[in-house]
Amino acid sequence: MIPFRPILSAMTRHKAGVFLIAMQIALTLAIVANAIFVVSQRVAYLSRPSGIDEANIVVVDNQWVGALTPFEAQARTAADLAMLRSLPDVADAYADYSYPAAGPIASVWAIYLSADQASPTSFSEPYFADDHTLATYGVRLIAGRNFAPDELSAGTASDKTAAGPVIVTQDLATKLFSNEAALGKVVYVSGVPLTIVGVMANMEVPSVGTRSFAYRSILSPTHLADPDGDQYIVRAKPGQAEHLRQSLRASLLALSRMRIVDPVDGVQSFGALRSKAYSRDSGLVILLSTVCIILMLATTGGIVGITIFWVGERRRQIGVRRALGARRVDILAYILAENFLIAAGGTIAGSALAFAVNLALMHYLEMASLPARYIAIGSALLLILGQCAALSPARRAARVSPIEATRLAAG
Amino acid sequence: MFFYYLQLGGRSLSRNPVVTLLIVLLIAVGVAGSVTTFAVLRAVSADPLPERSARLFVPQIDNRGPNRVTTDREPDPDMTYRDVAALRGRRAASPQTAIYSITLSAVPADLELQPVSAKGYAVNADFFRMFAVPFEYGGAWSRESDDVGGSEVVIGHDLNRKFFRGSNSVGKEISLAGHTYRVSGVLNEWNPLPRFYAAPWVQAYAPPAQVFIPFQRAIDLKVPTTGGTLCAFNYTGTGWDDLIQSECSWIAFWIELPDHDAVVRFRTYLTAYAEEQRASGRFDWPANVRVYDLRQWLKYMHAVPAETRISFIVALGLLLVCTVNTVGLLLARFMRHAPDIGVRRALGASAAAIYAQYLTESGIVGLAGGLLGVLLTEFGIRGLRFVFEARVARIVHPDAGILSVAILLALGVSLVAAAYPVWRASRIQPAWQLKVG
Repeated sequence: MIPFRPILSAMTRHKAGVFLIAMQIALTLAIVANAIFVVSQRVAYLSRPSGIDEANIVVVDNQWVGALTPFEAQARTAADLAMLRSLPDVADAYADYSYPAAGPIASVWAIYLSADQASPTSFSEPYFADDHTLATYGVRLIAGRNFAPDELSAGTASDKTAAGPVIVTQDLATKLFSNEAALGKVVYVSGVPLTIVGVMANMEVPSVGTRSFAYRSILSPTHLADPDGDQYIVRAKPGQAEHLRQSLRASLLALSRMRIVDPVDGVQSFGALRSKAYSRDSGLVILLSTVCIILMLATTGGIVGITIFWVGERRRQIGVRRALGARRVDILAYILAENFLIAAGGTIAGSALAFAVNLALMHYLEMASLPARYIAIGSALLLILGQCAALSPARRAARVSPIEATRLAAG
Repeated sequence: MFFYYLQLGGRSLSRNPVVTLLIVLLIAVGVAGSVTTFAVLRAVSADPLPERSARLFVPQIDNRGPNRVTTDREPDPDMTYRDVAALRGRRAASPQTAIYSITLSAVPADLELQPVSAKGYAVNADFFRMFAVPFEYGGAWSRESDDVGGSEVVIGHDLNRKFFRGSNSVGKEISLAGHTYRVSGVLNEWNPLPRFYAAPWVQAYAPPAQVFIPFQRAIDLKVPTTGGTLCAFNYTGTGWDDLIQSECSWIAFWIELPDHDAVVRFRTYLTAYAEEQRASGRFDWPANVRVYDLRQWLKYMHAVPAETRISFIVALGLLLVCTVNTVGLLLARFMRHAPDIGVRRALGASAAAIYAQYLTESGIVGLAGGLLGVLLTEFGIRGLRFVFEARVARIVHPDAGILSVAILLALGVSLVAAAYPVWRASRIQPAWQLKVG
């Protein structure tokens, strides 16, 4: 039986220490609960799958030199792609204005179900895809078919829409037609009718930062060739990505020197590009996790320090208790129970504080509201930590010999 | 006396090295965390042009009305070409400049050298004067060149070094995206951050721009923007000619106004312009215009990354916890010295003397924490590149100011934390302690 009454009345004898430990735990909980919440949100966000064969994809930023006509750009891009596809290490390749999770800027298409609808049913982001795009990304076609070569029109990213076939992701198809089959249906973009001929597995859109339509990609059949240059998305044969990353620039320059492929970041692996795009989020995760760990260590240190002091102060009382028949385990239980009571008080105050901090953050930083389970996790963590911190001083207290009672009293 | 206290403090601290080390570490970590994140926040929210910012303004016109996708009534950050052309033509404010981002393939006359991709802006001649851009050689192009779209270019320091080996290249020729331009000026290193003047939400911490060509020249050659273009979702246009006529916004427009009266006059003028557009049938909503000054503009554009603010707040929380922790540890340590204090009091030391002694001891701990904090801050600032975007991390430096803030903060924290424990110590009764000891 743990003696709660004596513990509580003993606490009133050193209010300051009790208050300081409780306050420390409360503050730590308020910060840690909110930090874990932000971290878990960001981790979920930055580890969302791109849907493509990430490990084997390399992206080339190719810029043409001089003022090309659209026809010249088409011819040169076609030549580049033919060369790339013929390389022994290349599985497939195509040209586009962007690629999944490329950066802050992207085209956004508003999708309507009829030509005279007032507001769009969904937003989406287009890829200008040819018949090699699906194979390049390694994205599975779930229903329907790929584009046929004769459906592809020559163009640039600014010639937006022409009537014709499109392929949409599963997510977009579900948004547009819920459970009905999307195949064969017609949707409208800028008043132009587009027929869905294929539904593919989900693939992330070009822009980062969007959450609501992150997987609503749409493929528009185009031989894209911008007179200024494009991105070449190249899929390596398994294990050859790094070799390609190092050799692609030379291969392209060997074909034509009238281009700029930056020697440093002109050719990059998809993994590197994606982590750059999400670097703000991963940075915050690192920072907040570090702070949480430091905070918990600091709190633990503080509890250890104060508990050692209390044990030292009460050696005589402990000796008396031992002399009167208390076992070592009773002393251990006493100190741990005391710590638990203080920590529990701290976590109750800390829960209120955590919600208050969350409210302030919601107001100033547009954060979401804190679910109670993060407070529960944080509280559990701190209670365990408190017990661990008190354990070593408590064991030291349990070792106090009954002799102490007489020794100190005599002194 | 002070030296005696220093000696006493030193002796007492070395008696309990683990607790002492813990307190020093706590203070150092708390201080380093808050000072590092403060340095980041200070760097990213700095005024990019402190001497000019009060006179630089961004006008905005609501050309979408209530039919926009977002629910607020804020106009687009950029302007349409037609509004820029109209405002420029009327010379409503002077100086003024239109700006949009471009990327041009730059080919040097010297065929030994590699062509490079040059990022920069299409601007008006006033740009350089308005933003106090420093020239190494030459200067801006002329007003005439500005009006007719002459083939002149101002190049950046780095491009000049690459193509002309850093020599005075004014008057020399350079080929940009297949057209020949004459260099009219070469910039000194110039890169005010955050990059306020165009699309601060995309490229607030970009490396220095390397080419500036006349706005009119860029329009004549149909040089596409590499910034954002915001169009209505039912926009059906394709290509350049439609874009020029459209309600798509993609050009930043900056004006310089000398004083408050001029701002009021300009706002009235802009409202009248929007009403005129409404009368002509272009808008069917009341005039909705904004005139932000540079600092308001950066705030409105959220140029300061939210992450930097979150981390500063979290670091302050860390400092607070460390302070509370220090209070607890100091209390424990001073109470442990209760017998010593009793003896000193009994031997005639006043309560004030006890105060002085233990504040000195705390000060020593604070100073040690501060010194370690400075070291940790140095490491922290070096480690920023793992946490913030490399471009943001690069602009934060551990200067003398920041490091002295660290020491002062540590000293402050230790003294504040010591206040209560020292007060308790000074109240220890001499007789009572002697009896026990």
